[in-house]
Amino acid sequence: MGIIFMSFSEAVQHHPDLVKKYLGSVVPHTDNFFAALNSAVFSDGSFVYVPKGVRCPMELSTYFRINAKDTGQFERTLIIADEGSSVSYLEGCTAPMRDENQLHAAVVELVAHDDATIKYSTIQNWYPGDKEGKGGIYNFVTKRGLCQGRRSKITWTQVETGSAITWKYPGCILQGDGSIGEFYSVATTNNWQQADTGTKMVHVGKNTRSTIVSKGISAGHGQNTYRGLVRIGKNAKNARNYSQCDSLLIGDKCGAHTFPYLEIRNTSAKVEHEASTSKIGEDQIFYCRQRGLPLEDAINMIVSGFCKEVFRELPMEFAVEAQKLLSVSLEGSVG
Amino acid sequence: MLDIRNLQVRADDKDILKGIDLHVNAGEVHAIMGPNGSGKSTLARALSGHPEYAVTGGEVTFEGKDLLAMDPDERAREGVFMAFQYPVEIAGVNNANFLKAALNAKRKHNGQPELDAYEFISLVKEKSKLLEIDDSMLKRAVNEGFSGGEKKRNEIFQLALLEPRLAILDETDSGLDIDALKLVSAGVNAMRSPDRAFIVVTHYQRLLAYIVPDYVHVLSGGKIVKSGGKELALELEAKGYGWIDAA
Repeated sequence: MGIIFMSFSEAVQHHPDLVKKYLGSVVPHTDNFFAALNSAVFSDGSFVYVPKGVRCPMELSTYFRINAKDTGQFERTLIIADEGSSVSYLEGCTAPMRDENQLHAAVVELVAHDDATIKYSTIQNWYPGDKEGKGGIYNFVTKRGLCQGRRSKITWTQVETGSAITWKYPGCILQGDGSIGEFYSVATTNNWQQADTGTKMVHVGKNTRSTIVSKGISAGHGQNTYRGLVRIGKNAKNARNYSQCDSLLIGDKCGAHTFPYLEIRNTSAKVEHEASTSKIGEDQIFYCRQRGLPLEDAINMIVSGFCKEVFRELPMEFAVEAQKLLSVSLEGSVG
Repeated sequence: MLDIRNLQVRADDKDILKGIDLHVNAGEVHAIMGPNGSGKSTLARALSGHPEYAVTGGEVTFEGKDLLAMDPDERAREGVFMAFQYPVEIAGVNNANFLKAALNAKRKHNGQPELDAYEFISLVKEKSKLLEIDDSMLKRAVNEGFSGGEKKRNEIFQLALLEPRLAILDETDSGLDIDALKLVSAGVNAMRSPDRAFIVVTHYQRLLAYIVPDYVHVLSGGKIVKSGGKELALELEAKGYGWIDAA
């Protein structure tokens, strides 16, 4: 079928033209501090190219792990979907327990040509540090997709349960007319974790559409921030955006914060933003328990219901895994 | 089966139950009646372990075990079921999945094998007919977007699935029209059996015309002020609660 899926170091040898053409085209080395650091030192990562008209028949999946102590990891991912092609890619990540912090500064670039679709899903489970907040990964990642072609579509789905600190805003530049960007996110923070995550939807072309669904769950002393930009450019006629940001608080020492940035430069735009923050319902917990479900099962059930709109965007087997991961990361949050 | 001795309960910084004594045997249906604010629902919620109702005195034994020492979910798995006055909505949680989790939690507790999806569906089919629970009610999120009548039917449906030893109905008749009331009552009556007991909390006699109790107790000011047979409910209906307070 001509699908290329290999490590970056191999891609440089076998497909230097593609690498030269696209590397740094969406996230240039001048983008931000961590992108510059990554661009300077990165040694490997994953590379995907789907040729014209090819629908990738299976999920492509990679798994990243940080093993070494006192280290940083700087991988890169580059995915190109040529005209009329489609691909679904999933990455998972874990790291063993360490008392010292480690840095993860990755860069992910996606390019979708005319009528191409890229679905990019992440289950991020880097080591979050211990109960006192000692150790854990600093996860400072730059992820951006370019909907270059007309009617192209990029969907980001992320389940963020790990890392001590996460700064991550997977975005879409909706350049092609009629292109679509989507962002579905579940972020949990327990103990002393901090997650500052969201998306950037930059509408450039006409009739572009974006959807943002963000679910933040805070427990323990965790702090959860949604930070999102919706920018409608001067020429983006009839652009549409719908954003929904819901926060769920478990306990009374955690926090949820929402910072939506809206920059609208075209009067034909339709932009909607809905947000809610609520404490996990004591009455819901009691109802579940009265039916015989133990406290932790009750919480897991309510939380997974809260996240349903995001989980259903994940490939089937990963939705099940994400749910289990969520219950592990919230363990001991109430009691 | 259930032995309540001198039960005292506090909620919202107020003493609500001020010494309740009640003995319930297997196979019996006890109605708890009384004016608004008399503590009827407090009794139901305290027995099921609601965290906002603090027991300040007294004892409750269920099947010889100390009920008050158990967590709410432990009480449920031991066989205490409460049909809620206001059933709670849980967004995003499929009703059928919720019921299956509840049933399997109980089966596990009783040392029975958990039901798989196929066995569960056959059981649901069998139990759903009487209460006219259709597929759409099972596929929707727990109680979300249910009408008042649907919510109450869903409660009794759960009662039928979970087969508790003791079922407490907390104002199950409130907000029901006559057709829904008949349906719900038929569901409850089908569950009456020599080894199951019911405590039916209600403000009105009309429910007791369909679910006929063996005993009627009248609560007032946090105490049981009068007990009798089913004819006591009719007397209350005719004379009002003022008659009890004056007596």
